[in-house]
Amino acid sequence: MAEIRNYTLNFGPQHPAAHGVLRLVLELDGEVIQRADPHIGLLHRGTEKLAESKTFIQSLPYMDRLDYVSMMCNEHAYCLAIEKLLQIEVPLRAQYIRVMFAEITRILNHLLWIGAHAIDIGAMTMFLYAFREREDLMDCYEAVSGARMHAAYFRPGGVYRDLPDSMPQYTVSKIKNARELARLNEGRKGSMLDFIDDFTKRFPGYVDEYETLLTDNRIWKQRTVGIGVVSPERAKNLGFSGPMLRGSGIEWDLRKKQPYDVYDRMDFDIPVGKGGDSYDRYLVRVEEMRQSNRIIQQCVAWLRDNPGPVITDNHKVAPPSREGMKSNMEDLIHHFKLFTEGMHVPEGEAYAAVEHPKGEFGIYLVSDGANKPYRLKIRAPGFPHLAALNEMATGHMIADVVAIIGTQDIVFGEIDR
Amino acid sequence: MASKKMEALGSVVEQVLGDKLVSSTLALDELTIVCKAADLIAVATTLRDHAELSFEQLIDLCGMDYSAYRDEPWDGPRFAVVYHLLSLKHNVRIRLRVFAEDDSFPLLASVNPVWNAANWFEREAFDLFGIVFEGHPDLRRILTDYGFVGHPFRKDFPLSGHVEMRYDPTQQRVIYQPVTIEPREITPRIIREENYGG
Repeated sequence: MAEIRNYTLNFGPQHPAAHGVLRLVLELDGEVIQRADPHIGLLHRGTEKLAESKTFIQSLPYMDRLDYVSMMCNEHAYCLAIEKLLQIEVPLRAQYIRVMFAEITRILNHLLWIGAHAIDIGAMTMFLYAFREREDLMDCYEAVSGARMHAAYFRPGGVYRDLPDSMPQYTVSKIKNARELARLNEGRKGSMLDFIDDFTKRFPGYVDEYETLLTDNRIWKQRTVGIGVVSPERAKNLGFSGPMLRGSGIEWDLRKKQPYDVYDRMDFDIPVGKGGDSYDRYLVRVEEMRQSNRIIQQCVAWLRDNPGPVITDNHKVAPPSREGMKSNMEDLIHHFKLFTEGMHVPEGEAYAAVEHPKGEFGIYLVSDGANKPYRLKIRAPGFPHLAALNEMATGHMIADVVAIIGTQDIVFGEIDR
Repeated sequence: MASKKMEALGSVVEQVLGDKLVSSTLALDELTIVCKAADLIAVATTLRDHAELSFEQLIDLCGMDYSAYRDEPWDGPRFAVVYHLLSLKHNVRIRLRVFAEDDSFPLLASVNPVWNAANWFEREAFDLFGIVFEGHPDLRRILTDYGFVGHPFRKDFPLSGHVEMRYDPTQQRVIYQPVTIEPREITPRIIREENYGG
């Protein structure tokens, strides 16, 4: 009689379903997972250590590179933490712009998630659909900041600049004829707000399309229902947040419970799951896209009617205008000091958290009064989620590991930092 | 600008923890409490289980190295661990700071049995700061490379590290060697005295 032993399988770090650089050591009994040991850190760049040797504003672009599919939400938490320590007021228009872009970012993130999760489980079409819509939102990023992904648009005290009055247009190329061009440029005639408004009108229809493909799809349900079930008690104890917590039936959303910026003026609902399995988390995230769309519409309506400053006029924190800098001495000095020495943040410590698309993203900032942070700790939502992979995957089949990684919405930029 | 809610929480914490509480500060509407390393597990369990506190979530756990604080010699223990707790029931947050008594071998009890979320966070604090958590089930390095030497987030660890990795064509393998780059500081670190420039 042959001896029966567990089988150890190495998964990743180059596996496409590992969502980046996850190395998993799986202990298998046949096809059943006995133990999953994630090895992380392959993308560790020491962001927190680097921030200690950079001024506050120099560290801001690092935030984009943490969770590189929801860039502006990371910046948001960082700016909120600095503003908390500085105790400065952010202009109302800037708060609306931030909320609008935080929600655009949420849709961007969930679109990537739904595409990647579906392709992991075998639904190819979703990926193409999701990326079609991502393209429009990336254009918004580019129009407002000049960069499609790493925007560095949110700044302590507001946002870098006001929304542009026009959107870039598609031009003629080998693969785009005049009729196609007219269709693509349809929504781009007016200002950026018109373009976003046009998008929010189209988007619910797109979400319906995704749902016809997945929600009642027999294969999709077979792969997600009852997979990776987490009870509400365990979800709390394991430090879950965001859709992972809501999927387990706990109604908790920082945008509602501890509102920041102008979320308390927004009208939206929090979707909550029932069973705590992958399918519930899928439903929660799809509904979140619809709710984000509602928030964006409210922001667009407000922003159309209320022009105003978009960054604080405290020149110890935010640079003066170009015009002021070139015409008066004081602004020139402020500009010089801000970009050579940087801002000084009063001594103290602050924790600021935002409802990131993946969960609670927090920045714990300790300042000793210098022009650089003394310590910056990034609380990444994916970190405790991935730590629970062992518990979620044990007892499932090997193919379900991929579904569980997908449902956790793992991005290594933030986990490894 | 401290809200009534946080003040109320402060007095409840003071009442419940009694002499286990070393200090309690309310700043920027955030409550920070400090307790002794020996009382950590008792304090953590109370914070989680007491009906008026019920901090059922450990949101964050991070190591701290205070040795270079304000660029002055730091008297007092060098290493600390900061716990950020969240109560979903009462919608409040609290920060708990515990100093490790021995600087050369910082040792704290693991809060893993209280909050399972601590597992990886403690591994991270061990990896980056060398803080040892007694009773942790699996205290391995987590973020740094296999076989890494040292604890990179300590203030005396240089930003550019001690070793670098490259491919050596003669040996036809990847080797480690001492770093060849000079650390440079482009923007100096400055702490202004009080009321500088008016």
